Amino acid sequence: MSTTLELSLPTPAASATPAPSRSYWRVVGRQLRRDPMALAAGLVLLLIVGAAVLAPWLAPADPYKASMLKRLLPIGSPGFLLGSDELGRDMLSRLMHGGRLSLLMGVVPVLAAFGIGTAIGLLAGYVGGRLNMVIMRVLDVFYAFPSVLLAVAISGALGPGMSNSLIALTLVFVPQVVRVAESVTTQVRQLDYIEAARMSGASAFSIIRVHVLGNVLGPVFVYATGLLSVSMILASGLSFLGLGVKPPEPEWGLMLNTLRSAIYVNPWIAALPGALIFITSIAFNLLADSVRSAMDIRR
Amino acid sequence: MNSAPLPPSPVHDRGSPAQPLLVVRDLKKHFPVRGGPLERTKKFVHAVDGVSFSVPKGKTLGIVGESGCGKSTTARLIARLMQADSGSMVFDGEGVDEFGGIRLKEFRRNLQMVFQDSFASLNPRLTIAETIAYGPRVHGMPAAEAKRQAHDLLARVGLAPAQFASRYPHELSGGQRQRVNIARALAFDPRLVILDEAVAALDKSVQAQVLNLLQELKAERQLTYLFISHDLHVVHYISDYVMVMYLGQVVETGPVERIYGQAAHPYTRALLSAVPSMDPDRRTESSPLAGDPPNPINPPSGCRFRDRCPHAHPVCEARTPALIGIAGEPAHQAACHLNDPASGHPGALPETQA
Repeated sequence: MSTTLELSLPTPAASATPAPSRSYWRVVGRQLRRDPMALAAGLVLLLIVGAAVLAPWLAPADPYKASMLKRLLPIGSPGFLLGSDELGRDMLSRLMHGGRLSLLMGVVPVLAAFGIGTAIGLLAGYVGGRLNMVIMRVLDVFYAFPSVLLAVAISGALGPGMSNSLIALTLVFVPQVVRVAESVTTQVRQLDYIEAARMSGASAFSIIRVHVLGNVLGPVFVYATGLLSVSMILASGLSFLGLGVKPPEPEWGLMLNTLRSAIYVNPWIAALPGALIFITSIAFNLLADSVRSAMDIRR
Repeated sequence: MNSAPLPPSPVHDRGSPAQPLLVVRDLKKHFPVRGGPLERTKKFVHAVDGVSFSVPKGKTLGIVGESGCGKSTTARLIARLMQADSGSMVFDGEGVDEFGGIRLKEFRRNLQMVFQDSFASLNPRLTIAETIAYGPRVHGMPAAEAKRQAHDLLARVGLAPAQFASRYPHELSGGQRQRVNIARALAFDPRLVILDEAVAALDKSVQAQVLNLLQELKAERQLTYLFISHDLHVVHYISDYVMVMYLGQVVETGPVERIYGQAAHPYTRALLSAVPSMDPDRRTESSPLAGDPPNPINPPSGCRFRDRCPHAHPVCEARTPALIGIAGEPAHQAACHLNDPASGHPGALPETQA
């Protein structure tokens, strides 16, 4: 898209018929649809999300129904398409149901951190000066710890449970989002178009809404999409450690933990939740990369 | 708060035609330099140090000087993008932001600025029509009217609205973007436009087109320009008056032909002789000025130009030369002891005025 636009520059006549939609996001969308990697990653995510969302209707069996006689059946057993786990529950059903929680714990903290972090970052970056210093130094404290350790510590302090791990993960991501939002805002704030807007007598609120937000949201959004996979893996890790979802609730990280003991008996079954975590986070990352390049059409 | 309908632009003078549009008095801006273990403010960069001038209505005042002499800072101080440490401004007879004077918001509407970096001065996420319409919309103009006005302005600066209105800045060339910036500045129907190196980044042919556009607009809308540039040719072409700055101070000011023909300050003469001449008989054989301007943190005492001046004398160190009128042409002023027979400078003889 960007190349065709630039090619039309020297000959204005060639672009005398402007494209019907010139909205920035439509251009980005069009760009994404032409990117095979984005399409593939999007398709995989659509399948996984669809299977998870529709699990109550699509799952072949009850994910909680255990049977001591049918423990650790291999993949492809009759009635158990993906085998069964250490308590004889249907793996396929559990993986589908587990995706609901795993995806939720991947997306919700990132969304929350995106909102909170962008607001704080905009404030710190636009106001600048002392306020900026205070906010950024406080957040640096969070930065001193590796994110896994921080998530485990906050989650441990709050106590196990899903809502607590959501809070813990949000707290882990907020400083990272703030830092990106703050640095982009600080850059944008110094540009001449902000000064031109100030010259026009616009209020700070209007300038932030029209001129700053539009230019900050993009890079922060791209950064946040990259956090989706991290969040999912951290959430799975918390569940694996017993700090997140509690058994018998199906969740990929927790399933990985409970199937750990079966790794010598039936390694393929034990690897399934891990494989799903891997595929989903790779798909998120690839999509984030594509979004990043699709959004970079400004120059 | 609605701006008046577009062409023809009404003349909204408040003072008489002889009243200068803008009078600036003793503008000062010192930037603190932080240093030391406790980040104590120790020193100040004397970016603008007591600048006074006036711009007559409908004229163009060119401001020239080396990089770092305070040209752009002066522009930003006037536009109130930066707060001055001291100094006052009178806009068409009314004190800016003073009791009983013109309110800051009203002043800003009457003054617009065109920046050097045509790309950085346009929001990459807005179409150019949106960019132009933004200011008027902020002041309450209905969207449809603002859009129509934006299209009219685009047409006026030579960009066909049907073709350009919905484009983004990255789809335009530098000259086209600068036209958009000019159109945006005109959206308020301003009376004073500050052009801060507005054509410096453009190549010569585009520069000429934009300069001609500026000249046309000035005549059409009774605009007054403050034209900041380091390009002496361009300033010669567009200006009616010229002000030469050195290290945050005005060293010489006067009508353009006087400055270019009979410069009274050694710095101005050095600056002008540095311009490459097209005439091989008038080639410059030696560099007129050596070295860099002194550090603005500790400007020299007395005349700030003295350590680079070929006519320097102890009196230049002892006394700061005032900006005084040159005999025979009061509009032409220079801050040099050579022009003041009472200064005690041995070179201050009548013939130096020639």
